[in-house]
Amino acid sequence: MNLLNQAIKYLMVSIFIIVTIWSVIFYFSMLDEIYDSIDDGLDNYKLLILQKAEEDTTTLLKSAFDESNYSIKVIPRSLAASVTDSYQDTLMYMMYEDDLEPVRMLTSAFEQKGKYYQLKIISSMVEEDDLINNLFWSVIGLYLAIILSILIVNNVVLRRLWRPFYKILDQLRSFRLDRNNTLPEVKTEIKEFIELNKAAKILISNTQRAYFGQKRFTENAAHELQTPLTTIIHRLEILLNSDTLQQADAETISKVLQTTEKLSRLNKSLLLLTRIENRQFIESTEINLKNIVDQTIDDLLDFAEYKNIRISVEEVKSFKIIADNTLMQLLVNNLIKNGIIHNQENGEIIIKINEDFVEFKNSALDGPLDKEKIFSRFYKGTEGSNGTGLGLALVRAVCDMYGLGIHYTYDGHHIFTLKKSNKIFTSKDINSQLFPE
Amino acid sequence: MKILIVEDEPELAASIREFLEKEHYLVETAENFRAGIGKATVFEYDCILLDITLPGGSGMEILKSVKEIGMKSNVIIISAKDSLDDKINGLALGADDYLTKPFHLAELNARIKAVLRRNNQGGTETLTFHNVTLDIKDRQLIVGSEKIPLFRKEFDILYVFMVNKERLLTKSAIAEHVWGDHYEDADNLDFVYYQIKNLRKKLSAADADIEITSSYGVGYTMKSK
Repeated sequence: MNLLNQAIKYLMVSIFIIVTIWSVIFYFSMLDEIYDSIDDGLDNYKLLILQKAEEDTTTLLKSAFDESNYSIKVIPRSLAASVTDSYQDTLMYMMYEDDLEPVRMLTSAFEQKGKYYQLKIISSMVEEDDLINNLFWSVIGLYLAIILSILIVNNVVLRRLWRPFYKILDQLRSFRLDRNNTLPEVKTEIKEFIELNKAAKILISNTQRAYFGQKRFTENAAHELQTPLTTIIHRLEILLNSDTLQQADAETISKVLQTTEKLSRLNKSLLLLTRIENRQFIESTEINLKNIVDQTIDDLLDFAEYKNIRISVEEVKSFKIIADNTLMQLLVNNLIKNGIIHNQENGEIIIKINEDFVEFKNSALDGPLDKEKIFSRFYKGTEGSNGTGLGLALVRAVCDMYGLGIHYTYDGHHIFTLKKSNKIFTSKDINSQLFPE
Repeated sequence: MKILIVEDEPELAASIREFLEKEHYLVETAENFRAGIGKATVFEYDCILLDITLPGGSGMEILKSVKEIGMKSNVIIISAKDSLDDKINGLALGADDYLTKPFHLAELNARIKAVLRRNNQGGTETLTFHNVTLDIKDRQLIVGSEKIPLFRKEFDILYVFMVNKERLLTKSAIAEHVWGDHYEDADNLDFVYYQIKNLRKKLSAADADIEITSSYGVGYTMKSK
């Protein structure tokens, strides 16, 4: 439920209560006013009758209401003394309505020429049930009119008022941290929205600074490390060729050299991982995966042959993807190399290519790997391999970049399945992933 | 043979210099952009080893200037950046080779020799050590007068030994030269031994005066018997 509708919901409830209370008060004050006005009329009429009675004594003989609306009858003095003007509601037969109808009656007494008379004047009254009925429908009508006008005002005016807000929201939603851009200006006079826009901009620029800073740092650190590592490797190589070196020293130097080389590989892999995650590979060509698989097998043939591992490729249908060639080579190379390294002597690697998935299957050294952890950085299996522990993390990073699925299963063989997602990945999907609704 | 090293890290420049001087090259160094462009555009060198990121400017600019004024110096870029773009740009600007840090000195030596040989027109296309000759053009091994066929990897291995004679080469230096990046992460480097074993057989069967000796756990050396 959005803000507008929520506001209308609260308004509807509170306006209903206000209108109800107001109509009750209105009803009673209206009624009071009506009585007041009728009573004034009766008083006025009384004066007119008294005036007429003085001129025309026959008036004093009118003892029934009949066609007019007053009656006069003689009363003893004692009774007359106790009479004060009183107004009361009573019922009287009305010929027009053919029913008893409420009337307002003024009862009074007066004295003329030593005689005492009682005077009764009536006036027809409003019918309360009719009044309530009318008032009820009017109130309902008013209520609906108010709600309707609020809805219209909301839709026309408020929507326009809130437009800058939705615009800011839209821009935030489509904002990508890795693209070096800023939030465009939203035109508005409303202070709150200006503040919101300002706050969003500050947040973004801070985040961006941190993001690009970290990116630069990782890249620079990895680069800067390469030069001293090269120096170490060179010094050790020179040392290894010194004439006075003992065999034992040579072995030690060789071990240090190997460790340094490993360090350098680790550094290179980290750099590569950062570059993939920073989307620095932007080439896009259509790639037939079979070509890359064949090339990779050719490149790795010596390692496979040394362990006497058979590699077979079966292509049911060609797997095509638009991607960066270097990255796809990296992906396939890591998966096949893994299949060779974590394999037994005389083992096998079976690669099955289909239209929307590729399966890399290899005989295992020992049991299944930890499904949850294999794709995370620096995961290492039980056998102390010489690897950096980044190979599968690189595979995952490439897959993530192209919306490919990578799954591991075990059925006596290790099976890595590369799968195209069912739908084409668009920038909108990436956005909705970054900013779930 | 004169070589110029343009590299801002003095320790690295010093180690390369020490190595190349043992190889009987005349070596000069430049530590920044200004010194680099000054030397490279005034003197002709047989080979310039050029770093890309230098204080004061880019090595690419030096390369451009050298080529623009028509200097015949060969240029090998040595860069920490393993980026395809840089490689393509560098080679397009006229660099002769591109080496990514870190690299082995044995590999640097092989690359320098290859560049010098390639541009030495009318020069020999062979490497000779005692009675063993490696014909680089035809990728052939000739012992005495006998031609011996070599597999691709065997040739590559023999080549790196021939340009690094009587020097102890580590298994990873050999692997780097022959298999490039693909050997990385391999659980062991025994496949290097596998190829060397075959090469040894061929050399001894042909009565070569050279042999490849191994020093246990470290690497291999090619020397005369």
